[in-house]
Amino acid sequence: MGEYLLRAIDIHKYFAGVRALDGVTLEIKPGEIHCLAGENGCGKSTLIKVISGVYQRDSGTIEFDGETLNKITPIDAIMKGIQVIYQDFSIFPNLTVMENLAINTQLAAKKKIVNWKNMRKIAQEATEKINFKVDLDAQLGTLSVAEKQMVAICRALMFNARLIIMDEPTTALTKKEVQALFKIILKLKAEGIAILFVSHKLDEVFEISERFTVFRSGKLIKTGNTSELDDRKFSYYMTGREFDVQTFVPAATSDSPVLEVKDLSLEGSFENISFSVKGGEILGITGLLDSGRTELALSLFGMAPATSGEIIIHGKPVKITSPQVAIENKIGFVPEDRLSEGLFLPRSIGDNIIISEIDNLTKGILIDKEKCKEEIRRWVEELAIATPDPDNAASTLSGGNQQRIVLAKWLACNPEILILNGPTVGVDIGSKHDIHAILQDLANKGMAIIIISDDLPEVMQNCSRVQILKHGRTAGELSTQDITESMILDKMM
Amino acid sequence: MENKQAKTGSRLANIYKSDRHMWRLIIIMVVWFIFMAATKFSKFYTVVNFQTMFAQFPEFGLMSLGVMVCMITGGIDLSTVGVANMTGISMALLMQWAGGESGELSVVWIPVVFILAVLIGMVTGAVNGLLISKVHIPPILATLGTGQLFTGIGLVLTNGSAISGFPSTYAYAVNNRVAGIPVQFIIFVLVAVVMVFLLSKTTYGTKLILIGTNENVAKFSGLKVDRILVKTYILSGICSALGGMIMLANYNSARSDYGSNYTLQCILIVVLGGVSPNGGKGKISGVLLAIFLVRALETGINRFPQISSYYISLIWGAVLIFVMVLNYFTENNIKLFSKKKM
Amino acid sequence: MQKLMKKLLQRNETYIFLILFALSLLIQVRSGQFYTSNNIVDILSAMIVPGLFAVGAFLVLLSGGIDVSFPALASLTAYATTKYLLDAGYEGSIWVPILMALIIGAVLGAVNGFFIGYLNLPAMIVTLGTASIFKGIMQGTLESKQLAVIPAGMKSFGTSALFTATNPQNGLSSRMPVAFLVIIFVYALAFFILRYTFFGRGIYAIGGNENAAYNAGYKVKRTKFLLYVFAGMTASVAGIIRVCMMQQCHPTNMLGMEMNIIAGVVLGGTAIVGGKGTLTGCFLGTLLIVMVENSMILIGVPVIWKGVFVGLLIVIGTAVSAYQSTRASMKVAKKREGAA
Repeated sequence: MGEYLLRAIDIHKYFAGVRALDGVTLEIKPGEIHCLAGENGCGKSTLIKVISGVYQRDSGTIEFDGETLNKITPIDAIMKGIQVIYQDFSIFPNLTVMENLAINTQLAAKKKIVNWKNMRKIAQEATEKINFKVDLDAQLGTLSVAEKQMVAICRALMFNARLIIMDEPTTALTKKEVQALFKIILKLKAEGIAILFVSHKLDEVFEISERFTVFRSGKLIKTGNTSELDDRKFSYYMTGREFDVQTFVPAATSDSPVLEVKDLSLEGSFENISFSVKGGEILGITGLLDSGRTELALSLFGMAPATSGEIIIHGKPVKITSPQVAIENKIGFVPEDRLSEGLFLPRSIGDNIIISEIDNLTKGILIDKEKCKEEIRRWVEELAIATPDPDNAASTLSGGNQQRIVLAKWLACNPEILILNGPTVGVDIGSKHDIHAILQDLANKGMAIIIISDDLPEVMQNCSRVQILKHGRTAGELSTQDITESMILDKMM
Repeated sequence: MENKQAKTGSRLANIYKSDRHMWRLIIIMVVWFIFMAATKFSKFYTVVNFQTMFAQFPEFGLMSLGVMVCMITGGIDLSTVGVANMTGISMALLMQWAGGESGELSVVWIPVVFILAVLIGMVTGAVNGLLISKVHIPPILATLGTGQLFTGIGLVLTNGSAISGFPSTYAYAVNNRVAGIPVQFIIFVLVAVVMVFLLSKTTYGTKLILIGTNENVAKFSGLKVDRILVKTYILSGICSALGGMIMLANYNSARSDYGSNYTLQCILIVVLGGVSPNGGKGKISGVLLAIFLVRALETGINRFPQISSYYISLIWGAVLIFVMVLNYFTENNIKLFSKKKM
Repeated sequence: MQKLMKKLLQRNETYIFLILFALSLLIQVRSGQFYTSNNIVDILSAMIVPGLFAVGAFLVLLSGGIDVSFPALASLTAYATTKYLLDAGYEGSIWVPILMALIIGAVLGAVNGFFIGYLNLPAMIVTLGTASIFKGIMQGTLESKQLAVIPAGMKSFGTSALFTATNPQNGLSSRMPVAFLVIIFVYALAFFILRYTFFGRGIYAIGGNENAAYNAGYKVKRTKFLLYVFAGMTASVAGIIRVCMMQQCHPTNMLGMEMNIIAGVVLGGTAIVGGKGTLTGCFLGTLLIVMVENSMILIGVPVIWKGVFVGLLIVIGTAVSAYQSTRASMKVAKKREGAA
């Protein structure tokens, strides 16, 4: 066995003539934790699929364990000891934990007849390997995200895995769960299993990995030891741009609050939340995944109307019972999940921008096509959405540009209050900076903005005050001027 | 004639680039019309033949328009035929009663029955819409159930037999021609114009397509999704009810099991017209073309006495699957293309 | 014991069973004739054809697909088989017609399976199209007409009885057709496939998450293909049995059954999006529809009201299960918050 467990050298892959991988190289040593980073669309997912045999490479060589692999099928990869844990974990929500765990090995052994006793034994062994306690007869769909991930990891370990590839494994995990996952990863490393950890979250890369590789636009940019890396270099490798961090200081705030919330509660989600936001201010709301932050956002926008408490806008109490009422009260809402809540992906960029204000773009009962075009052009320009033609589908754009569309949709409604839930989740670093700049600019123009996020640097940088939620209750409100991230973390945990 | 064809030819090339689906339908249509010209010119290309065709297709054409709007939202309406028959039956009974012993009916009744028919359509559509949007029953099951129910009510009203002894005033008025154009066709055109107007000129059309694309995003964008869904099924109900009124005139009788194969035929037409069964995609122009194509195929085949008219369903099915397979190959290219972004 | 009760209360089948039981009591009270041996035999005998159709429809729904072509497929197969054997002057046993039907059914099912499995076209549209084609072949190419006579073997199979149940009060008796053995066999086979073969688990797996099934190493395309072949074969057997039991071949009178069958399967708790459902539920749901269709007259409701009642049943049944699943998803969300 040589120095490397896996060597993928000079890999090219084209899709319908478009270059997805342009001669990238990735080398992983046995038993190391290697981080593969890059912005969306940089080719990291494509490379994973090439290594795991889902796609066939167009050129390049792949060596595993010193052996050159020519054509790889998914089964071959598994047999060699390469396991991928996909973002959706590739599980069956309608089957039991036991069956989810055992089905792969049984299929790989070309079994035709089910032996339930045997399946249970396999599942038990698999969970015991990493001391994972779970009801084997529970339906997988009823488990939490972290538990589902553990099932996927257990399943991967059953094949004498030598290399486990985890595709953005921390996306849907709470901070605590991430720590638990890291413990498991270290344990696997101790057993000599190499881990390829795909992520674009800086702090995670620093915390867990020994070596890293960064791709950009299908090309290899840099590979090296994580110890030689810092924030600045990392974002430069990812984006090819240098950034100056601008901390937000409100220019001028309105005298009276635009939005006041008093003792707001939603049964089973959050209780007695109170805060206020003035025009020109950016308020941060943070907390763990289970803190009720998302539910609070949904209540403010009327998707899940609050069960008690008061919402006061410009001094007048209002009952926000539906998104339409929220919009009438000049509230805009950028939801958490762009793909399933924010965007009509196959529809045009233009349609996506004007949909919420479409009832104002009419002449009598007719759509005013000219006004629509005008409006679309205005927002594409104003938010610098990078597209040759607003008639293109929203799905053709990168995450950052897509998020700008969602922003444009709400800005077009002239909101006075803008609520953003995870405004830069899955957005590349470049666009993240741009979106922050846009938000700060909007605040300076007098808008009241609420950023709900668990990305603490984001909160620290952009918000003047931060409200911290824990188990659905307020754990404190702090001014970001005189605190540190760890102080927020203390209150969150 | 040739000059004209060359002109439309260049226009077609443009359409092809923007809308392959439409283009394919037009080709099939043109080929069919040329084929009919070559084989049965004198029998097919007659004024009477076209008048008959234009009097026949409105009944299922109207229903197809209803199914179309529902399918654009990602739903479906399987209750169309039930609504149509129930409407036809109840209006026939009403006219029978109004005609009384004499069997004479004043012309004033014609608009009255049409207005009542539209009302029935609205009510049935609202039932469907509420079951789907408020109770969250999957559209396919909700409309399947209500379709059975409406058919059942029709059956109870007629006691299982046909109603035919109602005043001839109605059939005479609808089964007529104005300046050589069948009244049925005029009704169809009126509804189609309203539909085109709603779908392409008002915000309703845009909202409809976006709801079909992703209902959840539509909710997050502040659209009144439930209300739009109810409206859509009401629209479909109205189309079905009017279709039923035309069936009443064309058959001069009403019965609960008339047009029982129209359900499948409507879905077939709508899919053939390029509406995606998953919603969010579809144009009324394609559906209008498909309605006409289906009728032209059937009428054309009927001009060949040696070919059993039963072959028509075989041909429809084959055309449907052929178009789907063609779509498969074009869409697969697109799929390969979009994989790079993962 | 308590655990068992709780488990039972969570299952759709329990509710369907309770509804069936309540309905049977109602009929019993109104007519005094439900719990008579001949009535029960009548209902079971009326279950044979719908029950067989339901198995195929159920398996297809489970995989996340839908099949609306099975009545047309069964009609075509049954007509072609009967006609061919009549013309050939076949006098032998039932096995040849059944074998022929199985072969034709497999071929027609393979057409569905090819387009749905290998080309990945939407199942609803494909089966709509093939239903139209099958009907066209039967009525156009084969020029189907009602066949008043059927081959002797089929005739005797249709009339032979396992046993005869007689009602001692009114002397009415009903035969339990031998064909009932077929439905028992098919359900046993389907149970075995679903529970003990990886092909069967694959149907659940594909219905739950098609991509995951592919990643796990399932040959998704082939599994789907074989599934539609199997559905075609069960539908064909149902078609032949129907001809045998009716003692004549009426080519079109099975058409239009698809919707009620699918409704029955869904009422039995099968998710229309796939992945969830049990064979018991499938049987009970179909039984509910059959009972409503067949027992109206016993409660004193004219047969003409059948459609109204079946329609109401579907609407109310699906409304209840839609309401339950909305509530269940809310509960899961709440539970998660509570746990966290």
